Amino acid sequence: MPKIVDLTTAVGDLVHDGATVALEGVDHLVPYAAAHELVRLRRRRLTLVRASSDQLTDQLVGAGCVDTLVFSHAAGPDGRPPARLLDALGHDWPAPLRIEEHTHPVMAARYAAGAARVPFGVVRDTGTDLPHHTPTITSIRCPFTGSAVTAVAALVPDVTVVHAQRADRDGNVEIRGPVGLQRDAVHAARAALVTVEEIVDALDPAPGAVVLPKAVVTAVVAAPGGAAPSRVHGFYEPDDAALRDWADISADRRRFGAWLDAMAGTS
Amino acid sequence: MSVPTAEEIMTFVAARAVRDGQVCLVGHGIPAAAAHLARRLHAPAAVVVHESGAVDVRLRDDDPLTDATVADRALTHVTLGSLYGEWLQAGRVDLGFVGHVPGAQLDRYANIGSSVVGEYDEPTERLPGPGAAAEIAAWAGETVIVVRHRLQAFVEQVDFVTAVGHGTGPLDRALLGLRGRGPVRVVTDLGVLEPDPQTAELVLTAVHPGIDVEQVRAETGWDLQVAPDVRTTPEPTGTELAALRTLRPASTEESP
Repeated sequence: MPKIVDLTTAVGDLVHDGATVALEGVDHLVPYAAAHELVRLRRRRLTLVRASSDQLTDQLVGAGCVDTLVFSHAAGPDGRPPARLLDALGHDWPAPLRIEEHTHPVMAARYAAGAARVPFGVVRDTGTDLPHHTPTITSIRCPFTGSAVTAVAALVPDVTVVHAQRADRDGNVEIRGPVGLQRDAVHAARAALVTVEEIVDALDPAPGAVVLPKAVVTAVVAAPGGAAPSRVHGFYEPDDAALRDWADISADRRRFGAWLDAMAGTS
Repeated sequence: MSVPTAEEIMTFVAARAVRDGQVCLVGHGIPAAAAHLARRLHAPAAVVVHESGAVDVRLRDDDPLTDATVADRALTHVTLGSLYGEWLQAGRVDLGFVGHVPGAQLDRYANIGSSVVGEYDEPTERLPGPGAAAEIAAWAGETVIVVRHRLQAFVEQVDFVTAVGHGTGPLDRALLGLRGRGPVRVVTDLGVLEPDPQTAELVLTAVHPGIDVEQVRAETGWDLQVAPDVRTTPEPTGTELAALRTLRPASTEESP
């Protein structure tokens, strides 16, 4: 049964140095509160899995938490890769960063294979050059027809972290609105940490709604506002100014350092 | 009503690529605006599917295009595994859009390089990466690319093939086992390029109002062929422009 705990306890207990940790959610339900706790706890050498790598990835990379990034798109609101990420890739600052680049559909297939505990998933070929540079994707022959298909290695994060609207006191979780990769990423992981806007006595989901049953949830944390500045369907809209302004902080090592100091001082 | 911006012209031209009843897969920016504009103008039965997993989004006439309205007006939301597997890979997307990626390369065969400029391991510029562009170009029934027309971006050959358009010529898609027609139209802020049916090479088929052919050639890094019947893009009417501006009141501030 999932434990309902505070954020520091949940992140501290579940995410260790060197872990593979997936933080998913794009534009909607982005788990910023949990990411900032990783910064405060000074986690190091993480393999960060984040398909749509945005400001959250930029913050963790700039803070020195990450040594490998698995992603399929990396851009801020201006459509360009964020500056801390580029500084790590181009200048090893604050530390060298290894990348593993996939596509969104391949990330989905890797999570699905991980969730089903099979060694790899299969997608149709696209002709992209990526398999020449990425070790977890390769062309194989279908054993039944002999046709060429693409195999992608299962992805099993040590921990997946997502944000949701609400959970009940048993730790069942309901997600409303766009659900992205989160459902697959939670089922793929060895442990799942869910931050929520509110904890209620009983959920009242519509039939067919996306629910993460307590059996796949390790820890639930009440973190109202925990996805800001992204949006939470039914709770709040994106803070577009904060999302845009990040580019100025990220562009300058000193301004980023000030952000980091302020972040480390708040817990 | 003020004259249309370059981005609004691009949105109209992209919208005209949508046929009624088509299932369209769109991401943020011009592609989403184009598909919803098409629903308001000439393709009311188009089924708009967003990369967020929102399926069959039916905005109401006065709805602006925002993440919230898209989420609220979707018939259903599916996981990205379902979206990319059961919809795109399975062949249920008729028309896929690939939007503008700053710094990305596009070549004369409509291949897209949105991972790096230069060598992969020592790039001169790191770009955002594929998103779902490789699969959209490979698996949708047809693809429309929306991109700013700049010499730096329109190259003879991409440094890195993130997404295959027409490969190195008209036979490559079949050899690679790709579905569909691939890129059928490239909509830029200067004009429209379409693959030559014989060679698959992109040819200039239209220029936007106020743009001349030499301007387009000057921003293209290969010897751009021009269709003998090259057209001038028709200006949107006041009604059409009003419809777009209800969708995207601030469209001039956003990147496509």
